[in-house]
Parts: sequence; C-alpha cells; structure tokens
Amino acid sequence: MSAPTARTSYKNGANSTYLGMPSFPRAAHAAVRDTTLRANLKHATHTIRDKRAKAVAELGDWADLREAGKQIKDHTLRHLDRYLLQLEEAVTAAGGTVHWAADADEANRIVTDLVKATGEREVVKVKSMATQEIGLNEALEAEGIAAYETDLAELIVQLGEDRPSHILVPAIHRNRGEIREIFTLTMSAWGRPAPDDLTDRPADLAEAARLHLREKFLRAKVGISGANFMVAETGTLVVVESEGNGRMCLTLPETLISVVGIEKVVPTWRDLEVFLQTLPRSSTAERMNPYTSTWTGTTDGDGPRAFHLVLLDNGRTDVLADEVGRQTLRCIRCSACLNVCPVYERAGGHAYGSVYPGPIGAILTPQLRGTASELDASLPFASSLCGACYEVCPVAIDIPEVLVHLREKVADQGGKGHRLEKAAMKASGWVLNHPAALATAERAASLTRKAHPRRLPGAAAWTNTRDLPELPAAPFRDWWKRNRTS
Amino acid sequence: MRVALFVTCVNDAVFPATGIAVVKLLERLGVQVDFPAAQTCCGQPQYNTGYRRDTEPLVGRTAAAFEGYDYVVTPSGSCAAMIRDNYPRIGRLQAKEGRGDDLAGAAASLVPRTYELTEFLLDVLGVTDVGAYFPHTVTYHPSCHGLRMLGLGDRPRKLLEAVKGLELKELPGAEECCGFGGTFAVKNSDVSAAMGQDKLRNARSTGAEVLCGADNSCLMHLGGMLRRQNSPQRALHLAEILASTEEEPLL
Repeated sequence: MSAPTARTSYKNGANSTYLGMPSFPRAAHAAVRDTTLRANLKHATHTIRDKRAKAVAELGDWADLREAGKQIKDHTLRHLDRYLLQLEEAVTAAGGTVHWAADADEANRIVTDLVKATGEREVVKVKSMATQEIGLNEALEAEGIAAYETDLAELIVQLGEDRPSHILVPAIHRNRGEIREIFTLTMSAWGRPAPDDLTDRPADLAEAARLHLREKFLRAKVGISGANFMVAETGTLVVVESEGNGRMCLTLPETLISVVGIEKVVPTWRDLEVFLQTLPRSSTAERMNPYTSTWTGTTDGDGPRAFHLVLLDNGRTDVLADEVGRQTLRCIRCSACLNVCPVYERAGGHAYGSVYPGPIGAILTPQLRGTASELDASLPFASSLCGACYEVCPVAIDIPEVLVHLREKVADQGGKGHRLEKAAMKASGWVLNHPAALATAERAASLTRKAHPRRLPGAAAWTNTRDLPELPAAPFRDWWKRNRTS
Repeated sequence: MRVALFVTCVNDAVFPATGIAVVKLLERLGVQVDFPAAQTCCGQPQYNTGYRRDTEPLVGRTAAAFEGYDYVVTPSGSCAAMIRDNYPRIGRLQAKEGRGDDLAGAAASLVPRTYELTEFLLDVLGVTDVGAYFPHTVTYHPSCHGLRMLGLGDRPRKLLEAVKGLELKELPGAEECCGFGGTFAVKNSDVSAAMGQDKLRNARSTGAEVLCGADNSCLMHLGGMLRRQNSPQRALHLAEILASTEEEPLL
C-alpha cells in the first residue's frame, strides 16, 4: 500500500467551506501545472463529450426539444409564485409537509430539527447539489448527526475529505489508482472496510463501495435527497440517477427529507417528457435514464412514512429579478457545459471555489453569492467566451451573454484591478473614437518597433509564454492612403 | 455594389498585410472596395470585458462610418460576430435604460450589411475558387466566434481546398478554443497558455507548414507562441493565402 500523494490529502475539514479561496486565476495557476489532474480531466471530459455528441445526434428533433425545454422553464419561472403554491398544496394533500427556506441557514436549521425530532444520529444521502450548496453535511455534523453520501463519486469525495469538482461526476479529478487508495485507507473509519486485496479494477472498486454502503442503507431510518424536478400539478418529486443507490435512500428509510431549489418545479407530468429525453443524453450520454424515481407525498405500506419538502430560495429570487441573468435558473444540472469547456478542462473544478464549477458555475455562483469576494468577482472572467457551453446547453442558456453581463456588474463595482482597467478603457475608448489620434498612436508604435523587446515587464501575462507581434512599418490606413487614394 | 472594407483595429495596427490581401483579393475578383477612414474598432474588447457603456460610442461610430455601403466586409469572424450579435443587444439595453434608440437603429442598419470575408466570397460573390496559388501544406483552425456565432461552417475549407498547390491537413480537435479570448489571454494567462499549447501540439502533429485562421487576434496569440518556441510552423491569415497567386506568390 503506497502512501497518499500530496493531492489525495484534503484534510482538516476542507469540505466545510469555500471561504478564503483564491481567485480563479490563482487557483488555476496551480491546477494547470498538475499533470495528473490535467490527464484525468482530459480523458474524462473528452470521453463524455464525445459520447454526448453521438447521443444527441441520434435525435432528429433535438433542436425542438431544446427549444421546448427552454420555453417550459421560462414559462414556469415567469409564474413561479403560482406553481410553487400549487406544488405546496399538492404535496400537502398527498401527505407530505412543505417548509420554506429563505437561505442556507434556515434550510439547514429546518433539516437538522427534523432529523433530531426522529431521535436518529445518522442519515443516508442521495446525491444532491442543493444540499452541497447549503453545506448541509457540515451543519448536521455540528449537531452530532452523521450524513453518509451514497452516490459512488460523492462517497469517494467524502471518504477522501475532498471537494467535488464536477456536478455529475464529483470525483472526476480522481483516477482508479487514487480511488483504490482512498477506499483502502479510509473505509474502515466510516464502516465496513475495503477488502485487503482491493485492486483498481472498476468492478472491484464498485463492489467494495456496494458492500460498504449496503450496511448503511439497511440501517438508516432517515434519508435526505434533492430532486431534479417537482411536478406542480401532482406534488410529485423526481430523482434521476444511474446507480440505484438513490432509490435505496428514497425507499428504505422511514423519514425522507428533500431539499430542493425553487426553480426545479415544472407545471405538469407532460413537461417531464422533454427533460427526461434531454437530461440523460446531455449528462451521461444515455438514451434513457437508468433509475428514475418518482414519489408523491407518502403511501401506506410503501416507502417512507413521513415526507418533508424543504423549498430553498438561497439567492434564487435575486437571480430571477435580473432580466439577463434569470436564464441561469433554467439549468437542469446536466454538466454538458463542464464537459465541453476548455477552461474547465485545464483548470479543474476546484478552481471555481463552489459546488457549481465550470461555465454554469461561473454564472450561477456570482449570482447566488454576489461578487463581493475576490474569488466570486473573478468567476465571470473565467471564460474565453468560446461559446461551446451555449452550443451544448439543453435549455439554451446563453452562458457567454450572462458572463459578459456579470463582467459589467463587476467592472461597475470597481474593486481590485478594475479601477486601472476602467481608466484604460476610457482612454482607449477616446482614442478609438478619434481616428486621427488612433493613426498617430499606430504610427508612433510602428516607428519605435525596432526598440520593442520580446518580453515586456509590464505585460508578463502575455509575454511569459508568447512573443509580442512584430509591428509593421506602417499601419494599414497609411498603405491605403499611399496606394488607393488619388 | 458599394463595398467597404472593415479592416479592424488589430489588422490596421498590427497586421496590415491581411488588410492589403483582402483589398487585392477583392479587386482581383472585380470588386471595387473602399476603406472609410472614420472606422476604428468595433468595441469588442471593451464590451467583452464589461465596459458596455464605453462601447456605445464605438457602435455609433462604426455604423456611421459604413453608412451608405451595400456590403461591409471584414477579415475577422470575431469582429463580424460582435456587430451581428452584440450591437443589437447594446442597442436594446440603451433603449431599455431610457437613453435613446439611436444605437438600436444603427445596429438594425449595419447588421444585415455586415459580412465576414468567407461569407462575402461564397454567399455574395458565389466563388470558391478565387484563383489563388499557394504550394504549401496548411492546417486550418476555425476560430470560435466565426464557428459558433456566425456559423461559418465549411466556407473557409471550401476556399482553401480550391487553392492551387495547397495541401490541406486535418487539424485534430479543430473546434476547441485556442485560448486567446481577448482580455482572457491576460486575465487568465495560465489557462490561456495551456489551451494555446494544446492547440499548437495538435497543429504541429499535422506536419503542416502553415497554421491558417480567419481571425488575426487568435493568430497573434498562437503565432506569438510559435515564435517563442522557434517553431518552423507559421501562423497566417486565410486572406493572405487567398491573395497569393502564381504571378505574385506570398511564400
């Protein structure tokens, strides 16, 4: 058994907070030099990317499905108040209890109190972005309640005291060897240990996880989930997953608590027709999702006897109020934008300093958390605006448009680095609005070109890796004047 | 047919050879082209960095500079996309903020007359063989804004395939961004450079003498890296290849 490498140790509660994380460029500076991480990410994202492209190309009506998904979401968001009240009524009528949480603290308090009321000290969890977003595991831990992640990748992250780096594949930054090491070193502290002769074959790793988790499923009295969709007309919740571990958590415990963002509501069952086609193909490149669990309140003699739905705002109504930014709330968390993003592929998910990495994180996080911190203010700039994310988005979120919109907000608030930039933009704007001044500047640059060095101290960000272009003897407008004007 | 060249600020100041190539190419195809000297910059660097209000005067200036022309042709997919995608957006926001509708009007007038060079050649002039001669191996990088915002598709490839003597080499991972991204290249220089290195690795693997593109801003980034690495491969704008003839060969 080898010792953990530097990268496998994220000890001392690194899970608990993203506070104080460096800005995106500084985090990425380290990530692009991590050759293992680069190789893991390149392999994984290119594999899923190519499979998604094939799965989407199979459907002749993909463009229509994309447009339908966009319109269903836009319509629902436009009438969110009405559909949420309809949902609450339907869930209540079906035997569930609905709680409204304005922010993370309130949601955590509601869930913690509900678990405490059962007298239990442990819960099993379905993979859920909303509970990651609010830091629920840490809040439960602070009250002496153990939360066990049961999604295979989330289990790897939890055992490794690591952070998720991808929405769909939270341990995408790990390779098989690293996962074997994490299982071997840590499983025994959490429950059933890994077998002594554990190899790094995927089937063996999955079997070790299966046996480890099985005792947790059979023992747990409380399950906690999120949901991919909530159907307003019937009060039905929908969880879409690939392993069946989620279904264990949704059916075996006596009490089920679901924490769901308010934007996850859709009006009718019929609307699911669209998303149950676009979500699997966009996320895992599957034609049909393997485990689609739906439940409506409680049912006698079948599944949990108590069901609580915690509807989470946590910044979402602020996003809704922004006419450009609100399209972000269409997101169905498929991760297609991450898998196709060249910046994500090089910088990795941790650089985004949030449970929402990649292009969608770069627009969602600054809207949910604001742009006061250096990290959050740097996120809208973590893109070359290549547009690959928009192209693959199954609900047509124009991510580049929102990025530029958020850049404007960051530039307006001034702050570190932006005051000088603002002055430079003003100055260049003046020159560019005065062609004679521009021509003079161009000629001056060309005349002094022999004196320009290959590396400029003030322009290190450019010249560390690239030569500056050799300036021409004269600008184009001078050639035109000499050769084409009489 | 009144045709104006929108040379772009980068080409004016740094790559005049590309502008000259467009003029010679269009003249060879029988198009009389004009260069309105009032043009400067489309405003993309300002806009994409978050300075929309500072972009507004440039929207007005650009539209006014090209007033009265039937076609505005530019050898930059990125600047064409700035006009086509973002000028209407800037106009809408100006109007919504109650500061007038002059920019919305300017955009509405300019947008339908704006063509990226390969669009103008194929869609307006209807030519694919422009009579060019370039006896070299070439690989083509489709820049993102031309590829995704304009949907240039196989127009550049069709033009290159018709060039006499030119051997086109397939670029692996062609549709991946080169990492330039305007101020991204400086604000996120590590990721930008990593993307550029991967693009160049793919370009070198083709064995091509020339890495061709239709956006000199991307080629400034890639070409700067090639020169830093003393690579024998050189970055070259598509227009310069298309302007090259047997009588006046470029290389």
